[in-house]
Amino acid sequence: MGVGIEVRGLNAWYGKNQSLNSIDMTVAANHVTAVIGPSGCGKSTYVRCLNRMHETIPEARAEGSVKVGEMDVYGSGSDPVEVRRRIGMVFQKPNPFPTMSIYDNVAAGLKLNGFRNRKQMDELVERSLKLAALWEEVKDSLHKKSGASLSGGQQQRLCIARALAVEPEVLLMDEPASALDPISTSKIEELIFQLKQHYTVVIVTHNMQQAARVAEFTGFFLMGSLIEYDKTEKIFTTPADKRTEDYITGRFG
Amino acid sequence: MSDSVDPMNPTEPLGQLPKPATAIPSMAQVSKERKTAASTVLQKIRTSHPRASRIPDSVFAVIILLSAISVFAIVVLVAWELIDKSRLSLHQFGIGFFYGHDWDPVAGSFGAMPFIYGTLVSSFLALLMAVPLSIGVAVYVTEMCPQRLRAIISFLVELLAAIPSVIYGLWGIFVLAPLLREYVEPFLARTLGWTGLFTGPMYGLGMLAAGIIMAIMVVPVIASITREVMTAVPQNQREAVLALGATRWEMIRMGVLRNARIGIVGGVILGLGRALGETMAVTMVIGNRPEIAKSLFAPGYTMASVIANEFTEATGDLYLSALVEIGLALFIVTLIVNALARLLVWSITGGTARVRA
Ligand SMILES: Nc1ncnc2c1ncn2[C@@H]1O[C@H](COP(=O)(O)OP(=O)(O)OP(=O)(O)O)[C@@H](O)[C@H]1O
Ligand SMILES: [Mg+2]
Repeated sequence: MGVGIEVRGLNAWYGKNQSLNSIDMTVAANHVTAVIGPSGCGKSTYVRCLNRMHETIPEARAEGSVKVGEMDVYGSGSDPVEVRRRIGMVFQKPNPFPTMSIYDNVAAGLKLNGFRNRKQMDELVERSLKLAALWEEVKDSLHKKSGASLSGGQQQRLCIARALAVEPEVLLMDEPASALDPISTSKIEELIFQLKQHYTVVIVTHNMQQAARVAEFTGFFLMGSLIEYDKTEKIFTTPADKRTEDYITGRFG
Repeated sequence: MSDSVDPMNPTEPLGQLPKPATAIPSMAQVSKERKTAASTVLQKIRTSHPRASRIPDSVFAVIILLSAISVFAIVVLVAWELIDKSRLSLHQFGIGFFYGHDWDPVAGSFGAMPFIYGTLVSSFLALLMAVPLSIGVAVYVTEMCPQRLRAIISFLVELLAAIPSVIYGLWGIFVLAPLLREYVEPFLARTLGWTGLFTGPMYGLGMLAAGIIMAIMVVPVIASITREVMTAVPQNQREAVLALGATRWEMIRMGVLRNARIGIVGGVILGLGRALGETMAVTMVIGNRPEIAKSLFAPGYTMASVIANEFTEATGDLYLSALVEIGLALFIVTLIVNALARLLVWSITGGTARVRA
């Protein structure tokens, strides 16, 4: 089951440049929330702060409060490794492990977490691949093919399966379909729609139709600030802020 | 707003977009004259007979083929020369030369085994120490150390490669050997003496010293190549592992070393090549006694060392010919070791999967 996310006063920096200004956002459990905004407005930075990936960049740091379910992500006792295990992430460019088979790609996270039971692992791998709508295409070559031998769209679904295998509570997706063709994109969108039964999904997208199709809530970012955050419908039909309106009507961006 | 520092896709071509924007004003300053000059040049190119001034593909193919053949020819020539010059000894001892244990120039009996053994064992010993050390250095430099230290360590490691091997030899005699004799060898004898590898008189000079000296000499080779291939592993592989909830070490193992392993094996092969052929430093510290002893404290001899040491004083044609045949043996051993290393690479990659992410 997914859990909700509460972000309060989140600031982020790259060296001396502040790229997020005091973000407050409450993400509903078991829903899809989209993050939109022009290039460079801090969307990626924002989702990377949610699972503490941001701080893996040299000189980058974040401050503020992020609560994912009961977990205090930036609390003093919090362990980034544990945070990242419980909050899965899918990146813009598919990044499967090229030297591993399809099976090992999906099982990678399980193995990292000390999972040894072969039979259960088989089941989890199958379940994750099915959830990611990739099972039918790869079930005959699980051990024969490498992760890199798949097509771009398949690779991205493999990455989703890999993230799902460790059973995260939240799934963060940073433009998961931006490198894909329309058919693969619609498969991924379909998948995101299915996923919200089990997970809380936060998706960054450049594509406003995509946000409108998959997300119940949408947040609009501009220059490191959250300008407006509401039901997707509201954002796209009657935005409260002029800047949001300008953006979604394509007057700038 | 620039996208050039997007952490998710550092290699995204978008990163180059801002450039033309700043280049445009300067372009505007290009004078009209220049433009017309350029267009007349273009005109000329278009109207000239393109075939006449260009190298046809067939010529290019022949040149490339020739250079490929020349490599092959050099190998064959070297082999032929070695066989030709060792004819006398080949006749006298036949194939038995390669496994003969005797090396007695006075009595006129020659066998290459002690040298083959010495070369292989000292090189293997060197790799045993150098490989973990080099990978450690490379991992530290690429993944863990502060930016400023990085350049310094890389420089020092590369400096190691530039030191002449005579200096290593001297260092081996005056620093390493006493150290081994006084402290290391007694300690090894006490703790690991039961293995039989660390027994007998402790001279300091011997197989162990040769292994250590060579290890120091091949570390820069392996470390710099390993560092190179590790840097080439895309950042998104590291992020993929981290995002699954991996510790730093797991990230390095799964996201970096695993992807870089073929390149690392390549570096080890190059290092091994250097170790097999290393002459000067080894000659100075290995003890130069053509014996096969189990203990690593004992002195030994390598193929390269015996050729260097005895070539000038070789009296008699058979002696000389035997030394050339040692050279032939070294040549063959090198070939075999390299072939085995290739096989290793193939078995790792399963013959297909190439690292390309
Ligand atoms: N690794 C980095 N080092 C320094 N500054 C960075 C880095 N990554 C991003 N920034 C800066 O932080 C700001 C926000 O970047 P971010 O990548 O979050 O934008 P984004 O909204 O995801 O853009 P896009 O839609 O193009 O992916 C930008 O101004 C960018 O220049
Ligand atoms: Mg981004």
